[in-house]
Amino acid sequence: MKSFAPTNAMKKYVQIENVQMSFATKQGAFVALKDIDLKIDPGEFITLIGHSGCGKSTLLNLIAGLLMPTDGVMLCADREIAGPGPDRGVVFQNHSLLPWLTCFDNVHLAVERVFGATESNAQLNQRTSEALALVHLTHAEHKYPHEISGGMKQRVGIARALSMQPKVLLMDEPFGALDALTRAHLQDELMKIVAATNSTVVMVTHDVDEAVLLSDRIVMMTNGPAATIGEILTVDLPKPRNRLALANDVHYHRLRGAVLEFLYQKQAKQAA
Amino acid sequence: MKFRKYFADNLLPPLLGLGLFILLWAMLSQGNETLPGPIKTWHSAVALFSDPFYQKTPNDQGIGWNILNSLGRVGIGFGLAALIGIPLGFMIGRFDFLNKMTAPIVSMLRPVSPLAWLPIGLLVFKAANPAAIWVIFISSIWPMIINTAMGVRQLPQDYLNVARVLNLSEWKVFTKILFPATLPYMLTGIRLAIGTAWLVIVAAEMLTGGVGIGFWVWDEWNNLNVEHIIIAIFTVGIIGLLLETMLIQLAKRFKY
Repeated sequence: MKSFAPTNAMKKYVQIENVQMSFATKQGAFVALKDIDLKIDPGEFITLIGHSGCGKSTLLNLIAGLLMPTDGVMLCADREIAGPGPDRGVVFQNHSLLPWLTCFDNVHLAVERVFGATESNAQLNQRTSEALALVHLTHAEHKYPHEISGGMKQRVGIARALSMQPKVLLMDEPFGALDALTRAHLQDELMKIVAATNSTVVMVTHDVDEAVLLSDRIVMMTNGPAATIGEILTVDLPKPRNRLALANDVHYHRLRGAVLEFLYQKQAKQAA
Repeated sequence: MKFRKYFADNLLPPLLGLGLFILLWAMLSQGNETLPGPIKTWHSAVALFSDPFYQKTPNDQGIGWNILNSLGRVGIGFGLAALIGIPLGFMIGRFDFLNKMTAPIVSMLRPVSPLAWLPIGLLVFKAANPAAIWVIFISSIWPMIINTAMGVRQLPQDYLNVARVLNLSEWKVFTKILFPATLPYMLTGIRLAIGTAWLVIVAAEMLTGGVGIGFWVWDEWNNLNVEHIIIAIFTVGIIGLLLETMLIQLAKRFKY
């Protein structure tokens, strides 16, 4: 597990300053995000929460480099984000594994890209195996995506992102398409993996419990258009966290209440 | 019990259909002197297929040679069409400019009967055999271009996002994403192409002559050997069916 620990501990890992994002539409420019300021420290677990259409996925795509901001500065480890790069691993909502490759080959594709120039084939295979072992999928290495369950696919997606040793792990509602039990199981696993690898994570979610359980800070976004960061809630629950113990924890419920209040009172959505 | 259910569901209907077809054929031939019946045709077919590879004169060869020659022409014309049509389809699908450039030409030439190209082939190649291959080439290139291009255009955005996030090189994008994602569409194009090619070869050979199943049909018409014409029709149909089935089986292996 040691190999996954970040090597340089810079102060501000991800810096987002004054970022604005607008899309060109037929009715003119549509401002999706404005005045976004966020600094993320190494090893932090950040969740972005908000009603649908608030631009939380847009913000994640900006950090990933899949979109370019119309205004503002975005830095990752003091370097400007000019496009997608292997320093930011992305886990997609719908796993996005290539169906014609085995789990092993799906991860290997990422490993090869990042380390192929400097390492031998044996080392690349080892990295791939290690990444799959991290998500407990060694037994499914040579299966194809259609042969495994939705939860397992999402774990391969996480392994693929982690195998690149990214500075930041970006997750776009990674467990949104899974049933509640599988989701809880994967959340527990993710907590262990993040603790073991000391990863910096930005996760988009609309699940309040998930946000409180996993996060160090919850970034709550106002409703769009021209959405921005409404409040940032620091979750100071001690780690490692246990969902059963938290079920009766007063402080947990207070934090959960704060998020609910933001979402359903301050930013209540008008009935559509 | 299991077999009886399988028989009733899957074997009985086609067998019944074939039986009725042959019965109808027998009835029609009953009151007609020129149309041979099923039994007469069957005996003729047995005689024909008992010695498929004789060679008497250039124009009198066994049915096996005729079939192989036709298949050979289809194979060459079709192979050349694949060699050119599939890469062209990839480029048309990938680059919108190229698509807009070629769309009017493809739409205009596609509905033209491939046989209309035969005189051009004869003119350019000055020989019957390459002209027939040329006709096959023309008839099978369109489905390959169109289906390959469609496959490329239907590539899910998710896969392209994966490519961007992983920062894959153009070559890797092609071999690991674009090609496998397009393969099922390509195989559909190939299947349609070989169907058309096999359809067209009979007509092309009737016009060009030489050894081949199409020319054989024409020859037997001149000999007024109607049994052989009927046998040729069945032979062409069965070979077409086999080609199609083979490609469907191949395509099944690449369904994701």
